[in-house]
Amino acid sequence: MALVKNGELVASSFVDASGAETIPPSGPVIVGLDQWKAHREALIARGTPLGIRLRSDQPPDLYAEDLPHFAVVALEFPKFRDGRAYSYARLLRERYKYKGEVRAVGEVLLEQLFFMLRTGFDAFEIESADPLGDYRTALGDFSVWYQPAADGRPTAMQLRHAKR
Amino acid sequence: MYRYDEFDARFVKERVAQFRRQVKRRLGGELTEDQFRPLRLMNGLYLQLHAYMLRINVPYGTLSSKQMRKFAYLARTYDRNYGHFTTRQNLQFNWIKLEQVPDILEHLAEVEVTSIQSSGNCVRNITSDQYAGRAKDELADPRVYCELLRQYSFLHPEFSYLPRKFKIAVTGSPNDRAAVAVHDIGLRMHENEQGEVGFEVLVGGGLGRTPYIGQTIRKWLAPQHLLSYVESILRVYNVHGRRDNIHKARIKIIVNQMGIDKYRALVDEDWEYTKDGALRVPEEEIARINAYFAPPQYEQLADETELLAKLRAGDRAFDRWVRGNVVEHKVPGYAIVNLSLKAPGKAPGDITADKMDAVADLADRYSMGEIRVSHRQNLVFVDVKQSELYELWHKLAALELATPNLGLLSDIICCPGLDFCALANARSIPIAQDISRAFTDLDELQKIGQFTINISGCMNACGHHHVGHIGILGVDKRGQEFFQLTLGGSSDQHASLGDRLGPGLPQAGVPAAIRKIVDTYLVIREHDERFLDTYRRVGIEPFKTAVYGDESQAA
Repeated sequence: MALVKNGELVASSFVDASGAETIPPSGPVIVGLDQWKAHREALIARGTPLGIRLRSDQPPDLYAEDLPHFAVVALEFPKFRDGRAYSYARLLRERYKYKGEVRAVGEVLLEQLFFMLRTGFDAFEIESADPLGDYRTALGDFSVWYQPAADGRPTAMQLRHAKR
Repeated sequence: MYRYDEFDARFVKERVAQFRRQVKRRLGGELTEDQFRPLRLMNGLYLQLHAYMLRINVPYGTLSSKQMRKFAYLARTYDRNYGHFTTRQNLQFNWIKLEQVPDILEHLAEVEVTSIQSSGNCVRNITSDQYAGRAKDELADPRVYCELLRQYSFLHPEFSYLPRKFKIAVTGSPNDRAAVAVHDIGLRMHENEQGEVGFEVLVGGGLGRTPYIGQTIRKWLAPQHLLSYVESILRVYNVHGRRDNIHKARIKIIVNQMGIDKYRALVDEDWEYTKDGALRVPEEEIARINAYFAPPQYEQLADETELLAKLRAGDRAFDRWVRGNVVEHKVPGYAIVNLSLKAPGKAPGDITADKMDAVADLADRYSMGEIRVSHRQNLVFVDVKQSELYELWHKLAALELATPNLGLLSDIICCPGLDFCALANARSIPIAQDISRAFTDLDELQKIGQFTINISGCMNACGHHHVGHIGILGVDKRGQEFFQLTLGGSSDQHASLGDRLGPGLPQAGVPAAIRKIVDTYLVIREHDERFLDTYRRVGIEPFKTAVYGDESQAA
């Protein structure tokens, strides 16, 4: 699985232990919400970068107060049709002012990348023959945006009235 | 009418290019049908029983003659010479080839029309009053807000994968012609105690297998907060709406499960963070859009009371048409003219390519080039000089577009049904045709008075059967089509859901049952009471007895 972050192919430095029985004893790790609740203090004490992976039925208010501990928040799309994580990403960026990595995981498809980019995701686990090509294609689809979102792109309305 | 600026035009062009790529990826096997389905749906493309169906947006029911001519061209070039206007003011073509759709969309883009989000689990075409901007009973023109919502909803990054479809309707008149109470969000413009115009916001209305009348989530909302408040409603729905069962995924289900007070609290909590943010609509934008909807240059005319009285006295058919299909305009000397797409024996809402062209020509000649589509599947000319009504009437009559049955029993709403639709259980169009053929006597129709019959070929209720004075629902029972009748529904400002009359009837029994209901009504009505009012006064029993006889009371 390729990870595209800020437009580049990168290797994830994190081990995703969210589905695992045991958490590796050291190194950057991504855990699930239950694991986080169970091992919170021990994980903080490791002093290594931490990430958390959320199912689509786990909204940010369940972990918002712990956001300063996380370098990565991975939001799952169990099916591309499940659009809850778009809202979660915006809430993380806009309400909770989260500045770390918001990673899209699960069924992450070219045709949805554009929406993800706009709602505040900056990293994408993409299953594709050409993940970087997909990313660039999605990025190039539109040059006009009607809604303000987490990416701060100026909307058509803002541009209309800035011109005058 | 609204016209695209450079941003709108570029956006639509980019959307067409994107869909062209998606179609290519599908035809080349890079996308599975499962992955492609939501992409084509969000461009209005359904796979129906016999072919692809393309649903084209008519935003808030407003069309130019140029756009109508383009529809005629597309009907001839890519379809079978006709199209179908729907209960959401849209146009559907029924015989479309997938590989031709990108070209069709390019044609539409040339005249500033799209099919964006006419389907899919996203915000659909915004609908409104077909008389918007012209009606005498209107408080304010709702179209500027429809247009704001249209732009706001297009490719919304957060709300393109909602639990289910989402429909918004706006009315600027206290007499609701847009059925806002049966929409996911209904917006009613009204004045608050300070005399400022804003919106009452309804949420959770809808038809389908679990019908609900919308509930008031906010009594008055200032226009500059429209988008932020709608966004909060959508966000709460996106997060809390049910995704475990497609039949329970509409907002009406979650609103009724958690209760309107809880839903309101969640919306208000979210809205606190956003109401004064980037979604606040600047005055300049409202002014910019409003300028497009400025009234046309009307001539200084007086009402042609005498002339019309004389013509009506001398020509009974014209008199009937004026009484039925012509509506008061807010400007003296002008009139609103309804074109009935419900001639006896026709499929409601259908219109041929030749008639589309003819309508476009008449709109140019008699109504400043504008055409409206109503959710009751008729067309409207909104700026006709009273002095030209008689001439126009002759020309419409020659096109079979002057049946004087607006709002009468044969002005039937009907979905495409099993003749076209992959979801349908029964053929709805033949029922509409049978009824309209059984009630052709214009004197009788007028005597029966205001009457709505709404027909759906399945419980998804595209024909709005729950809110017809008589609703007819087609069901399939062991391979046979039956039709269940409901009485007492209404979609206006006093919206109500119909009550089930009794066991389903075979197709052949439906016109006779309607006849019995009508006869019973004519006997027991008081003065010139509408059927709906009689029904509300006396209840269902007399009608049940009329249709099923005394012994069926237990059924």
